[in-house]
Amino acid sequence: MRATVVKLGVGNTASVMFALERLGVRAELTDDPARIADAERVILPGVGAAAHAMNLMAERGMREVLTHFTRPLLGVCLGQQLLFESSEEGDAQGLGVLPGRVVRLSASKQNPAPHMGWSKLSINAPNALLEGVEDGAYVYFVHSYVCPLTDATLATAEYGQRFAAMVSRDNFHGCQFHPERSGGVGARIIANFMSLPC
Amino acid sequence: MPARRIIACLDVKGGRVVKGVRFEGHADAGDPAELALRYRDEGADEIVIYDIAASAEGRTIDYAWLARVARVLDVPLCVAGGIRTLDQAVACLEHGADKVSINSPALERPEFITELANVAGSQCVVLGVDSRNESGEWSIYQYTGDASTIRRTARHTLDWIVEAQERGAGEIVLNCMDKDGTRDGYDIAQLAAARKLLSIPLIASGGAGAARHFPEVFAGADVSGALAASIFHFKQVSIGEAKLATRAGGFEVRT
Repeated sequence: MRATVVKLGVGNTASVMFALERLGVRAELTDDPARIADAERVILPGVGAAAHAMNLMAERGMREVLTHFTRPLLGVCLGQQLLFESSEEGDAQGLGVLPGRVVRLSASKQNPAPHMGWSKLSINAPNALLEGVEDGAYVYFVHSYVCPLTDATLATAEYGQRFAAMVSRDNFHGCQFHPERSGGVGARIIANFMSLPC
Repeated sequence: MPARRIIACLDVKGGRVVKGVRFEGHADAGDPAELALRYRDEGADEIVIYDIAASAEGRTIDYAWLARVARVLDVPLCVAGGIRTLDQAVACLEHGADKVSINSPALERPEFITELANVAGSQCVVLGVDSRNESGEWSIYQYTGDASTIRRTARHTLDWIVEAQERGAGEIVLNCMDKDGTRDGYDIAQLAAARKLLSIPLIASGGAGAARHFPEVFAGADVSGALAASIFHFKQVSIGEAKLATRAGGFEVRT
């Protein structure tokens, strides 16, 4: 199994690489659009701020490549948010492969922002990405912005409001949480992604 | 609030896990990667690795052993110890840390909090605070890793955590030094006072000695997580027991 991880500025790509390594995946970290275009499958990890990430992708010619990618792609955290049309964070334009706008999480005393910690997944419908994952399984979130609920929503989570915890449309998939830091549940989701037909 | 977090901290010195009482005198408690995995298996929601001597010795953590721990771990990992430049913080993230915790360097130069938040995002920036009651006021201490360097600063704890939040910190770990190593429970009064002022997550540290101390601090101070080191190291309380007690107290924990 092979996966190509998109390198985008500052961020913890090491934990994604280590998670793939633990599953026996040969993972390559690159910001070369040609290598991304040729990838068997792509993981777009979450790093930094949306506008900054989109600028970097545009500068390096990755935007077009990712938008037109036809094999399985998994956006993680900010990577999921970038799949949408736009984000309130820095008023960024996303890749637009999913409809809707990413908005700021409303913080309160009861729900401090960022949403940082383990929350339950509520699964909408059976899906290959969620094979072997139980409804109510805990996964690890760290985010201040949330993706809208659409017909691409696979699973939701609740933090002051309900939001899209996992999305999927065609070959584009996303996790708002960090599967690489979500114990056995996260490992299962990554393994499921690696098993999706190319 | 998400599930309350039970966080296991590994205090590391010279590549070995150590544990002392009230920040002075340390006993060997094992290998960092082995212990991190043991805690993960017992249900730890997060692991913190703290190189206790780094700041006092004017260096940062050893990236090689950080990567060694990160490679085997599949729960969140936060690192602390002598991180005083953006390059060092970024190197920690690139070697597998999910968050970096800064303490003495942020006191030396508070702008560092904002600079780090701008580059890595607030969610990666944890402010560690060492606080002790001095004549009825909570005061900040610096360079607490070694008895010969520790010193009191002019800062008041409650002012400092609010300033850090405004500067872009994503989480506060409040270590209550009067309780550290005493094992008679968290400093609920101080933590509750801090919690009232924060809109970012607050983690309790210092004083855990029994499973009941976990639900007590969640009930008394409404913190997002509770951190402990020695009781887990020396198996006085397992992480599983801490979680069972927390759930029995009416709080959600990850299963």
